[in-house]
Amino acid sequence: MSALTVASWALIACGAFFALTGAVGLMRLPDFYTRTHAAGITDSAGAGLMLLGLLLQAESFAVAIRLVLILLFLVFTSPTAAHALAQAALQDGLKPLLGRRR
Amino acid sequence: MTIFTAIDVVLFAILVACALGIARLRSLYAAAMLSGLFSLTCASIFVLQDAVDVAFTEAAVGAGMTTVLFIGALALTRSRERVTLPTRSYLALAVALAAGGALLYATADLPAFSAPDTPVQQHPVTERYLLTAQQEIAVPNAVTAVLASYRGYDTLGEVAVIFTAGVAVLMLLGKVRGTTERTPSAASGGLQRHHRVLRVVSKVLMPFILLFAFYVQFHGDYGPGGGFQAGVIFAAGIVLYALVFGLNTARQTLGLVALRLLLPLGLLIYAGVGVATLLLGGNFLDYNVLATDPVHGQHLGILLVEAGVGITVAAAMILLFYSFAGRGVSR
Repeated sequence: MSALTVASWALIACGAFFALTGAVGLMRLPDFYTRTHAAGITDSAGAGLMLLGLLLQAESFAVAIRLVLILLFLVFTSPTAAHALAQAALQDGLKPLLGRRR
Repeated sequence: MTIFTAIDVVLFAILVACALGIARLRSLYAAAMLSGLFSLTCASIFVLQDAVDVAFTEAAVGAGMTTVLFIGALALTRSRERVTLPTRSYLALAVALAAGGALLYATADLPAFSAPDTPVQQHPVTERYLLTAQQEIAVPNAVTAVLASYRGYDTLGEVAVIFTAGVAVLMLLGKVRGTTERTPSAASGGLQRHHRVLRVVSKVLMPFILLFAFYVQFHGDYGPGGGFQAGVIFAAGIVLYALVFGLNTARQTLGLVALRLLLPLGLLIYAGVGVATLLLGGNFLDYNVLATDPVHGQHLGILLVEAGVGITVAAAMILLFYSFAGRGVSR
């Protein structure tokens, strides 16, 4: 097993960990804004690291360039989506949970 | 194989969870989002079955456009389902159980997945579509060859259905308001004021979305894609533009008059190719006669027909969105 494969699987495992973290956060965090943050982790760190890991295993340039394009697309869209969600909620009058719980 | 089975099981579990969620939810916005997730999961299952073209369509239409149209429609009505008191009807339960039981009983007779002795595998037409097509039509993507050439009549019918649907929606909702400042419109209500980030990002992405639509359109002979998917992706780009920059700005870019012309134009191109083949002495939609070399004729025919599909689908989708979003908020 080459160093590249090891690095690739390490990145994919990290990505899976972050995806799991996001899922746990989505269930456990107290209010809408923090949960949006957790969902954002799944998209950015989770999917991003997995794509980087896959990039190290890409068999051809054609596959690699597609992975890079997906990565770029994610980098643009996922923070924007999180931002749009939070902005819409704020505009709708949903108050963030500040200070200590209850 | 076992890994694929495991993924299948997980995906089907998500499907069932989505369906139960949609049935139980009272908030219709959430139900619309869940139906989008349902479509996306379906698309993943189709990819696993190697049906990439179908998956592409499902992801673009089911998860993308339909969700947007649902939300546009919900903005016109109310977003919560009326609570109906649960009633116990044992007759309904019996009917449901009987129907479900009959279906389960019938599945026992289905051949095993990818069994070699089924009609699908043994019928001579399979060989024609998968092997002979590579000489007759010489398009690497067999799906495109079947869809646009062998089953060209069916596809013409589908395009006619989409055209009719677009016309019907125009007749029902068609009084899209002029550019009076009655908007901010239904679907773009809150988005108008504060969304600098959305504006910048969608401006960056817009050319790539439209370029991708054209790639899907013209690469459909070689890989997954074609007129249906491309039309929907193109429409999705315009819809995104309308959502972020407002309906009026979008209508200045691609106006109603143009769309009303484009909607029948695609169907006319498709049927016109058929008439042209008739005039050249072939059968209806027999592309062989379009050029001296039959294979070249097939390529030309498929290109034109797919362009017709793309134009009608894009125009219909954008018109649908305009019609819903242009009605304003009625609360």
